[in-house]
Amino acid sequence: MSDTLPLSIQNNRRIEKWLRFESDRTVRLAVGKVELGQGNVTALAQIAADELDVDLQRIAVLSGDTEEAPDEGQTTGSQSIEVSGRSVRLVSAELRARVLDRLAQRLNCSPAELTVEDGVFRRGDAPTGHDYWNFASADDFARDIEGTATPKPHTAYRYVGKPMPRRDLPAKVSGAAFVHDMVRPDLLHARVLRQPCRGARLASLDEAALRRAERGEFRVVRVGEFVAFVGSDETVVQRAAAIAPLHAKWDNVAQIAPVQQEAAWLVGQPSSDRVLGDDASPSATNMATASYSRPYVAHASIAPSCALAEYRNGRLSVWSHTQGVYPLRTALANVLGIAQDAITVRHAHGAGCYGHNGADDVAVDAAVIAQQIPGHCIRVQWRREEEFGFEPLGSAMHVTLRAALNDERKPLDWTAEIWSATHVQRPSSGGNMLTHEALPTPPPDPRPTDPPEANGGGGTRNAFVLYDVPVKRVVHHLVLRAPVRTSALRGLGALPNVFAIECFMDELAERAGVDPVEYRLSMLSDPRARRLIENIAQRCNWSARGPAGSGRGLGLGWARYKNRAAYAAVAVEVEVDQEVRLRRVWCAADAGLVINPDGARNQLEGGIVQAASMTLKEQVRMEGDGITSLDWVGYPIMRFSEVPEIDTEIIHAPDLPTLGMGECTFGPTAAAIGNAVAHALGTRVRDMPFTRERIEAALLK
Amino acid sequence: MDIALTVNGNPVRVTALETTPLLDVLRNQLDLKGARYGCGLEQCGSCMVLLDGEPIYACSREIGTVAGRSITTIEGLGSVAQPHPLQQAFLDEQAGQCGYCLSGIVISAKALLDRNPSPSRADIVEALDKNLCRCGAHPRILRAVEKAAAMLRGGKGV
Repeated sequence: MSDTLPLSIQNNRRIEKWLRFESDRTVRLAVGKVELGQGNVTALAQIAADELDVDLQRIAVLSGDTEEAPDEGQTTGSQSIEVSGRSVRLVSAELRARVLDRLAQRLNCSPAELTVEDGVFRRGDAPTGHDYWNFASADDFARDIEGTATPKPHTAYRYVGKPMPRRDLPAKVSGAAFVHDMVRPDLLHARVLRQPCRGARLASLDEAALRRAERGEFRVVRVGEFVAFVGSDETVVQRAAAIAPLHAKWDNVAQIAPVQQEAAWLVGQPSSDRVLGDDASPSATNMATASYSRPYVAHASIAPSCALAEYRNGRLSVWSHTQGVYPLRTALANVLGIAQDAITVRHAHGAGCYGHNGADDVAVDAAVIAQQIPGHCIRVQWRREEEFGFEPLGSAMHVTLRAALNDERKPLDWTAEIWSATHVQRPSSGGNMLTHEALPTPPPDPRPTDPPEANGGGGTRNAFVLYDVPVKRVVHHLVLRAPVRTSALRGLGALPNVFAIECFMDELAERAGVDPVEYRLSMLSDPRARRLIENIAQRCNWSARGPAGSGRGLGLGWARYKNRAAYAAVAVEVEVDQEVRLRRVWCAADAGLVINPDGARNQLEGGIVQAASMTLKEQVRMEGDGITSLDWVGYPIMRFSEVPEIDTEIIHAPDLPTLGMGECTFGPTAAAIGNAVAHALGTRVRDMPFTRERIEAALLK
Repeated sequence: MDIALTVNGNPVRVTALETTPLLDVLRNQLDLKGARYGCGLEQCGSCMVLLDGEPIYACSREIGTVAGRSITTIEGLGSVAQPHPLQQAFLDEQAGQCGYCLSGIVISAKALLDRNPSPSRADIVEALDKNLCRCGAHPRILRAVEKAAAMLRGGKGV
């Protein structure tokens, strides 16, 4: 049985790790997945409330805590509901069954005669005098979870499947709510002078000049090439850090050429290569090929990262908006050379991260300083230019698709050739913490790997076409040395790969002289995918689509995220002169059983806006010492005046397992925009972002 | 120097260099954490507060320039227990994801509704265009402001 249990339960077999009945008649649900703005914690509470039969407001969720909560790794990959949600459901169902079995023995009746109403047990219509709080015993919690209890059918749910308001939102529209806002005793503020790159050495720091420029009180903490300004006045340390680069000279700073900021630079760089999928079939006469690209993109969290750390009596406590408290604890132990069990990491809310941004690095900054100044709580707030300049980026990708076509111009053989740097570079997967590289004993150079296909792949995520093509293959070039650090950004390679596939499908349809929707459906046997495409084509009035080249365009794209999670189809109507304006967006998604439909809708639409922003506007600029797009002017994102109306429909499929959907609209949105712009212009733009310069160049072709 | 000003209706005195950002004074001296640091460059709007009713960026506004004047932060609108209709509308519409940008957006919306109780969608877009949201909650946020405007016109709440 255990091999079929979700990973979260395999790693945390005791019910007591998950559930506890508190004396105030609440239920404490402890989970390892954390709230990053996606609403997962509210949804997990809904699941527990339904399986235990207690009112939702009795469920108090503790999430992300190395002392108190289970280890569920990172909060990534749209896994919170698929994996943690399944775990919470099984744990809750099993606890309920164990307690009722014992009560049935006590009352000498069958468990089937017992019911639970808001945690109170009844036998038929009669009260039993027992409830979870007075009857559950240590024995119920102590045994390993077997996963044998049968969860409720979806028809019996009271909360699951219904829109529920997010639990964390009231504080966030009222005042203090984030790790940035925490105040602890003996608090000191700190800012960091960042090492420009791995291997750079601080030749000199003119502290006297710095102190003449900033006369407030601060101390300078230096450990190797790591320098921090620490003091009780945040304004002073902020100013010291802002001007410090003017008074610092670094040796051995790697230089970046502007050409390296482009995806095309990746092609032909030293790489680790592999071929996945089918052997090549005999070459066909009728070949089609096209290349697509996305540049480096930033998570661009609205808040620069922040963390608090204190070192007291040999114990380190850290508060962080990390995606994973346990992996961060491991990284801290490695960097600081202290035992894991002397470290506590607790999650506190941050701004949306959309992947691996500066959250973990700033926590290491704070911990390194705390070790130097024991007995104080050290609060490190990254500066805006620091977040843009030093967070890991989503890798640029260059994707070439080749299809051998039959007489009906349908693909018989499909190859995706991908050039990309790694998409996951956490310490647990060969990467380094930024601060670690500045310390006296830096770690070895990172060894880039990419997530295995079993986890959905990285650069190869969504690279295999889901159409009925007899022979499919992916050639993956994992580029070993990118000019900047790259790591996980929402969807990993899915956005560039789906963009490429779905744009190429429109191009193939055009060659075949067939309508793009009809062309897709003619080689798509998955009924859930067909249903979505038919749904969205009907809603966007596809059949009335006008001729290409009118300046107005309608395009669509779809994907099943990771080729096994949620399905999404997106259609976009655009207007293009020199710039692209999104007029309307339609979305249809199928995620099986949806726990909180309003939260799901929020995620689907947020993914659309963010993906549209990346497709139309975003590219990290770099030259010389490093990244040069260091503010919101250099790295613009979509604004209120650019965001279209979005019409979203979630396909009702409560009898099917929940599929992770937090990233599923990302690729389809980019593809739909690509196809809509091509329809509007009558010519195709294959490289993101679709800036004014690119549109003008396409029009001149 | 000693500086007197009014914050959320209350007279306060603070001691600070006159060049200290208003945001730092609010957060660290007055323990009002609702205005948030996002860029320090007047580009994102996370730090917005009202200065005599007008939305301003607190991140780069020097405290010396607001002496004797009146500041309203998100805490001055309402609380978790007693939300202002704007805050309530944002909760009703679940208008946000991570929420970091929301206090600045609510402040921008408050300034708009104070001068224009019946804004069009275009008016709201224009008023919020200086605020950035990275999660993509924009359509919900626009609906929330429309809803708040209707609630306020209907005379519910403050």
